Amino acid sequence: MTEDETDLIDVAPGAPHNNIMSEVTAYIIGLALALILTGVSFWVASTSVLWGPGVAVGLVVLAIAQMGVHLVFFLHITSGPDNTNNVLALAFGVLIVFLVMVGTIWIMAHMNANMGVSPELMNLQMQH
Amino acid sequence: MTTEAATIGLTHGGSEDTGLGHRGPESKSIVVPYGFWLFVLSDMVLFSALFATYATLAHATDGGPASNQLFDRNLVAIETMALLVSSFVCGLAIITAKRANMLWTQVWLLVTGLLGAVFLFIELYEFGKMIGEGAGPQRSAFLSSFFTLVGCHGAHVTAGLLWLGTMMAQIWAKGFQQHILRRLLCFSIFWHALDIIWVAIFTIVYLIGTLPA
Amino acid sequence: MFGKLTWDAIPFHEPIALITSLVVLLAIGGIVAWVTVKRWWPYLWNEYITSTDHKRIGVMYIVLALVMLVRGFADAIMMRAHQALAVGASQGYLPPEHYNQIFTAHGTIMIFFVAMPFVIGFMNFVVPLQLGVRDVAFPTMNNVSFWLNASGALLVNLSLFLGEFARTGWLAFPPLSEKAFSPGVGVDYYLVALQVSGVGTTLTAVNFVTTILKTRAPGMSYLRMPVFCWTSLASNLIMLAAFPVLTATLAMLMLDRYLGFHFFTNDGGGNSMLYMNLIWVWGHPEVYILVLPAFGIYSEVAATFSGKPLFGYRSMVFATLAICIISYCVWLHHFFTMGAGADVNAIFGIASMVIGIPTGVKIYNWLFTMYGGRVRFNVPIYYLIGFMLTFVIGGLTGVLLAIPPVDFVVHNSLFLVAHFHQVIIGGVVFALMAGYTYWFPKAFGFTLDERLGKAVFWCWFIGFHLAFMPLYVLGFWGATRRLQHISDPSWAPWLHVAFVGAAIIGLGIVLTVVQLLYSIKTRDQRRDVTGDPWDGRTLEWLTLSPPPHYNFAVLPDVHGEEAYWTRKQTAIKQDQLIKEPDYQPIEMPVNTPTGVIVAFFASVCGFAVIWYIWWLAILGLIGAFAIFVWYAWRDEHEHIIPVEEVRKNARERRRIRMEHLHKLSQST
Repeated sequence: MTEDETDLIDVAPGAPHNNIMSEVTAYIIGLALALILTGVSFWVASTSVLWGPGVAVGLVVLAIAQMGVHLVFFLHITSGPDNTNNVLALAFGVLIVFLVMVGTIWIMAHMNANMGVSPELMNLQMQH
Repeated sequence: MTTEAATIGLTHGGSEDTGLGHRGPESKSIVVPYGFWLFVLSDMVLFSALFATYATLAHATDGGPASNQLFDRNLVAIETMALLVSSFVCGLAIITAKRANMLWTQVWLLVTGLLGAVFLFIELYEFGKMIGEGAGPQRSAFLSSFFTLVGCHGAHVTAGLLWLGTMMAQIWAKGFQQHILRRLLCFSIFWHALDIIWVAIFTIVYLIGTLPA
Repeated sequence: MFGKLTWDAIPFHEPIALITSLVVLLAIGGIVAWVTVKRWWPYLWNEYITSTDHKRIGVMYIVLALVMLVRGFADAIMMRAHQALAVGASQGYLPPEHYNQIFTAHGTIMIFFVAMPFVIGFMNFVVPLQLGVRDVAFPTMNNVSFWLNASGALLVNLSLFLGEFARTGWLAFPPLSEKAFSPGVGVDYYLVALQVSGVGTTLTAVNFVTTILKTRAPGMSYLRMPVFCWTSLASNLIMLAAFPVLTATLAMLMLDRYLGFHFFTNDGGGNSMLYMNLIWVWGHPEVYILVLPAFGIYSEVAATFSGKPLFGYRSMVFATLAICIISYCVWLHHFFTMGAGADVNAIFGIASMVIGIPTGVKIYNWLFTMYGGRVRFNVPIYYLIGFMLTFVIGGLTGVLLAIPPVDFVVHNSLFLVAHFHQVIIGGVVFALMAGYTYWFPKAFGFTLDERLGKAVFWCWFIGFHLAFMPLYVLGFWGATRRLQHISDPSWAPWLHVAFVGAAIIGLGIVLTVVQLLYSIKTRDQRRDVTGDPWDGRTLEWLTLSPPPHYNFAVLPDVHGEEAYWTRKQTAIKQDQLIKEPDYQPIEMPVNTPTGVIVAFFASVCGFAVIWYIWWLAILGLIGAFAIFVWYAWRDEHEHIIPVEEVRKNARERRRIRMEHLHKLSQST
């Protein structure tokens, strides 16, 4: 079942090697990128560098980037042919997460809007 | 089965796994982490339901405290660093475990656990403070959803630490056997996944939640 | 010390519950005594309870499902009888507090503890055999999954003897299910039982997705898998993605009830509409978890009993995956009337109609499979034809309900009740009965009696239509669901017909038991000697009946679609079997008591949580964790089956097959 390591065609960052240094390097690069992205997130949230309403979007983009760094450098999810099942499973998971979250938020926003109660009264009991 | 030290990991080095099914059933070193990866994804769906709830109830404060009055970003920054570095250190532990180095594996696993404990300690402190100020989960729907979302993540971290302790004991008692290495790999997948969820939490709950209105 | 548990928990004041409890306890006691006297405990313990063999676990799931079917049906016939009586001046015989528990228990048990275990049982038994492998990816976890499901079933049934069950309907909508309006233990029984069994189900999903994607016989690419395996894959993917949402939602309701949180309460900012939304995010995919494997069973039955390959294999696969994805995009059609507005309703209404298209593709494929084939009218084909007549109408009423303005009229009426029973009974139950007949010989080495099987079918088919067609009419006339009293006397005749229909279904269930007992008694007349009683097309028919523990002496090489059929036809043409392979000793996982012990502690912990006995709950949790660590510490995971035994069994199989081959070539 074990095949020769020399059969590897592409080795994406994060895929395990036999060389201890390149494996550690992958983790160090991952850590460094994650630290930078986290730092930028905190910074964006506290300064007015981004246009006000765009800050939330920017933070979400940075969060997705951080998740990507984790997936590639720590979890070794790559685009190699030996990773297809892993990527497909991840894609399925992302789809479901998206449907659940966006679907719920969309539906509940409409439900609440149709409650027919004035906003002040709403906020006492529910939400706007 | 040949020595598998070089072949554990979610990817089986060089294997052609595009579903053509030429080779028959995959080896355990592929099957076990894949199954665990599926479980982790299902856990992400669980968190997505809690996130969706949080998003829906985020403003249902019932006249009580709201998110921009409650959270301390400095504490959150320390928690984030702790979890991120512990994820990194966990990766180092996997590297040394593959090379059957008992001392360094236990050292890195211990550091992983300690940093996880730091995270939990800060989180429990934060929860205690909020409850003391009357901003507990029974105060409003917003607070219920906050405590549940963040608390569920904390519960996962706690379970992870229990698992980590058990793994450290097992490695010590039994050495680096194949099935133990597979379990260690599953633990590391779990630990990294918890950090991914924390990224979502600190971004949505703590950063976006404390933006100036 | 005992929390809320007092002697008042025993239903002394409810004669029906009390007598039922006594009868059931006596029956259980009788069975335990009988097994003890016959000294069957060691056999049961070693061969079934601690077994990691997917075939044994599959049988246990189906036994659980059949036993729970009796309870679920008892609830149904009680409701039908009550509604037939409680018209006009009469109050029937069930007070509202009791009636409400019955319809809640009926739905909960039928979905979670009959349909799910039955479907999962079939997937357990059949999928590894059809994939040409020895077991699922995680055999011990498989055992644990079964026992957690059984633990959930136990907890639900305990509510009959001790305390009460929920009165909220099978989905326990708040605010009725909140502490303020349901202060008793009923809703807690419901929540805890479902959480425990939900863990088992999620683990099953992980197991089967991994098995189907990562462990198949050599040469079995994705597009050479039997359709039942494709539908099992889709069903388990849905399970994997949907059950976490159920877990989260029920957990939030538990937090509301136990710790005073405000997710769904009327005060504190809670939003009960959020519960409806989340529970149906789970609830709609759930029904596809049930129906997709049912469709898979029909595919196998259609091909085998028509003597033709399944028509349109690739379109079947594509339709299955399409249904898998779209099933996640329709959930709002369960609450069109809750007020999301026209835009949202329209999108979900269209999606709900779109999902009928791949289903229609499947129906045409089954029809074209039968067309031009030499159809053999055994019991499974009866169910297939019955399904096509019944399910299509059910699906059409579903498309009708998918139109929001129409749904505003008939939402939560008996029209809806008739619709979902039509698709579940016509779709899922008929498939389960067909699969039961089809795979019974593989599991036990003899077929079931055909005549009694056909009688059972007619009872279900006629009984179903009599029981549910009147409900469509009543629904249009304004009858809502869950009515404890009917004020319009003109509805009475229809309810009487419905009761007769339910009684006929009851007769069918009785005949199923009779069929089983009779078939066991006369089994020597219908022995399945060759292992292939139906002239099958898929790999499970390669083995003898029952298959050896390890399924195949050597994993079969797969060279095309319909792996077994091509191999069989080649053997018939050449009048010889394939060259005898090189036998090796086989490693199989050992038995384990982990599952039953974890379930024991889960039951203890669950019971303690329900009755607020906190010290016992903590003990239960610690026990479950401890047994888990103990299991993880073991050194022996596998035992070796020696090559002599493998060779002996394989040669015996080859000998029988050669004999059968000679007989076939002589007759052609």
